[in-house]
Amino acid sequence: MMRLFQSLIPASALVVLLTACGSGESNVESGNREGYLHYGNGAEPQGLDPQVVTGVPENHIVRALFEGLAVKNPKTLEPEPGVAERWEISEDGTVYTFYINPEAKWSNGEAMTASDYVWSWNRALHPDTGSLYAYMLYPIKNSEAYSKREITDFNEVGVKALDDQTLQVTLNAPTPYFLQLMDHYSSFAVHPETLLKYGKMTDRFTPWTRVGSIVSNGPFTLEEWSLNRRIIIKKSEHYWDRDNVALNGVYFYPTENVVSEERMFRAEQLHYTAVVPLDKIPDYRTRENSPYVQSPYLGTYYYLVNTDRPPVDNVLVRQALSYALDRDKLTRTVLQDTAIAAYSITPPDTLGYNPPKLFSYDPSKARDLLAAAGYPNGEGWPGLEIIYNTQEAHRKIAVAVQQMWKKELNIDITIANQEWKVYLNSVSQREFQVARRGWIGDYVDPNNFLDLFITDGGNNNTGYANDIYDEIILERAPKAKTREARYSLFTEAETMMMNDMPIIPIYTYTSKHLIHPSVEGIYPNLMDSLNLKYVTLHPGRRLDMGSN
Amino acid sequence: MVRFILWRLLQAIPVIFVVITATFFLVRSAPGGPFDSEKAVLPEVKRALEAQYKLDLPLHEQYFAYLGDLGNGDLGPSFKYPGRSVNEILGSGLPVTAELGLYALTFALFVGVLAGVFAALKPNTRQDFIPMGMAMIGICMPSFLLGPLLVLVFGIYLDWLPIAGWGDLPGDKILPSITLGSAYAAYIARLSRAGMLEILSQDYIRTARAKGLPEWQVVTQHALRGGLIPVIAFLGPAFAGLLAGSFVVETIFQIPGLGRFYVQAAFNRDYTMILGTTVFLSTLIVFFNLISDVIAAWLNPRLRAQFKGGA
Repeated sequence: MMRLFQSLIPASALVVLLTACGSGESNVESGNREGYLHYGNGAEPQGLDPQVVTGVPENHIVRALFEGLAVKNPKTLEPEPGVAERWEISEDGTVYTFYINPEAKWSNGEAMTASDYVWSWNRALHPDTGSLYAYMLYPIKNSEAYSKREITDFNEVGVKALDDQTLQVTLNAPTPYFLQLMDHYSSFAVHPETLLKYGKMTDRFTPWTRVGSIVSNGPFTLEEWSLNRRIIIKKSEHYWDRDNVALNGVYFYPTENVVSEERMFRAEQLHYTAVVPLDKIPDYRTRENSPYVQSPYLGTYYYLVNTDRPPVDNVLVRQALSYALDRDKLTRTVLQDTAIAAYSITPPDTLGYNPPKLFSYDPSKARDLLAAAGYPNGEGWPGLEIIYNTQEAHRKIAVAVQQMWKKELNIDITIANQEWKVYLNSVSQREFQVARRGWIGDYVDPNNFLDLFITDGGNNNTGYANDIYDEIILERAPKAKTREARYSLFTEAETMMMNDMPIIPIYTYTSKHLIHPSVEGIYPNLMDSLNLKYVTLHPGRRLDMGSN
Repeated sequence: MVRFILWRLLQAIPVIFVVITATFFLVRSAPGGPFDSEKAVLPEVKRALEAQYKLDLPLHEQYFAYLGDLGNGDLGPSFKYPGRSVNEILGSGLPVTAELGLYALTFALFVGVLAGVFAALKPNTRQDFIPMGMAMIGICMPSFLLGPLLVLVFGIYLDWLPIAGWGDLPGDKILPSITLGSAYAAYIARLSRAGMLEILSQDYIRTARAKGLPEWQVVTQHALRGGLIPVIAFLGPAFAGLLAGSFVVETIFQIPGLGRFYVQAAFNRDYTMILGTTVFLSTLIVFFNLISDVIAAWLNPRLRAQFKGGA
């Protein structure tokens, strides 16, 4: 009996090991050989319908399957031809005429037409569609009124198909970033007949985006979509610029767990990761030929201040809090140098615009301001609460801020985490004193950050209201004749806003990826924007993970 | 026996109904809704979304509409994944989670029963302490620790096994199954040791030994049958627990199962998905409890006799 059991255990262990031995060729090796990129995409996309989805993982796949009228150069982010081979902009900057490339085809071989855009933008703006990004097209004349059901005839909206190849767009006012919006998925054309086969134009949840049904116009077509497992796309036969597409296809993985994602990268199951766990970064930095790539990202992490709640209804208190924050120390220690200290809302070098730096870390000035507000050395301080959504990274920052304010100002701060949707509710209802917030730009222009703080703006959430600020952002800046004139107006507005301090800026985000040495054509840029069409694979280059 | 099963099935109906009702009203009373996002949603857009998902109806009408759809087997559209129905998502995740659960349970049974019986044969000796000590570690070690450890050793240092995926690379199902199964293996080891110890001290075992049966026949033919009843009773809830609790393992190993949807649905306030997964899993738990009761009854001669007499 004993002997039977004693021999069974090692035997069973052996069986497990034998079936295990040799995991074979890695994804990176097979991918390099066959021209397939293995891409960590961060999450399962909500869907692939350009007018329905929102979010970063969706963006990567949708922009590989579809293409806009103009695309961004992956290095400079300047617009270059996409579906439109060229365009003309009227003298006053309000009329754009797009000439569609005669070679631009849908993935079923049909030619693309200007009326496809008219139809698709009608869908994006139609009040029944409920597109979360409808506002991206609001620069177009009458589009906002149409979206709010103030007018019902889409012919009144400034979009006309002059003929099959020519699309004319009339704007409310000159919009210097309008071409950038053409590379945002909410402005992409969808194939009308395909959608209508499965339902009405405005339906959100028909299965038209499934494998075999979807018709798209980008460099790649949808090959497989296994829920929460992977999405495979394949080079399109009908894409106008197919000769310049190097990859045969891409595998997207919903790598939700960042730690697992990093391990998959180390085991060469991925070419590219969506993010990198913070605690792994110092190690990657010390390596030679490190696969770690970090670059500034168009986003700001800040604390919202509720300007109607004491004690932060007092501007002196808000300034004191901001002066007392040692942002350099925070980014160096808590954030491991993966962020850039921020002193304003707009990230530095946003299309050549640099925000004013009106203050710096100055604890004695902070104490003076607090004393002037009536709390000398923190006496009589009524207490203050910071809320954040439950996440370790936000907690660490809140704790550091709490300690800095205690140390420099001798005031007590409480911090409270809230579950995501509860937190969103608190912020939108303004049930907070100080709340953590992040804003990622939709397009590279200071306007995208500064129009957050117009009076009663949906993302203002601070109660900040300033008529002069509103006038600059809404009236004067759009009418500025030159970029310089426009930027100096922005500087004026931003200076005004940051003196009132309805937010406490903390840091500018960076994008962080691990990229296998065999991959080329991924350029660091502010939008973390990647055009898969330019990516190439070079077999034989190995990942050097060193001895540790 | 048939009456016993029927009676238990009837009992299950009100249980599931209470689960549906409680879940429906609890998720609706949670702050925040499915369409809240970090970027403010324009009021006109929110209205359009609510109309598309019929959230603009009064709550009681939504409830009865949901019950009606449920009666037809329709769990509704997902809020988070437009274009997908909850039925479809369950249908794609369930086979994967069930397969993972099955492997994990097989592993747990094999290792657990072996270790438990082995330990029970020589109680309070080294042969008992070593497997039971390991079992204690196994119970205490959470899968979010064990999983990454196994991955580091077998996936990265030794490079024997793939570290993520499900059916993509040969052998990628081994590590997740072991990770998920080991806590259960440990539990089963303790249960089978206790069961075997009790049985081995019974008179009929002494009789069997006295009539000169070899020890292995005593164990396999006489003792195991009674000694494993506690294990069988544990299996039903264990399998349901494996299905519901596979979230951590699915996340570590990038497995496209149900667990991830189940947990994320709550964060996303994906009302239909929360309801769908909860109703589905509670039905499953009720069902597996029933099955394990039936098997335990069938294995236990005393209970069996009762049913024959018409309980």
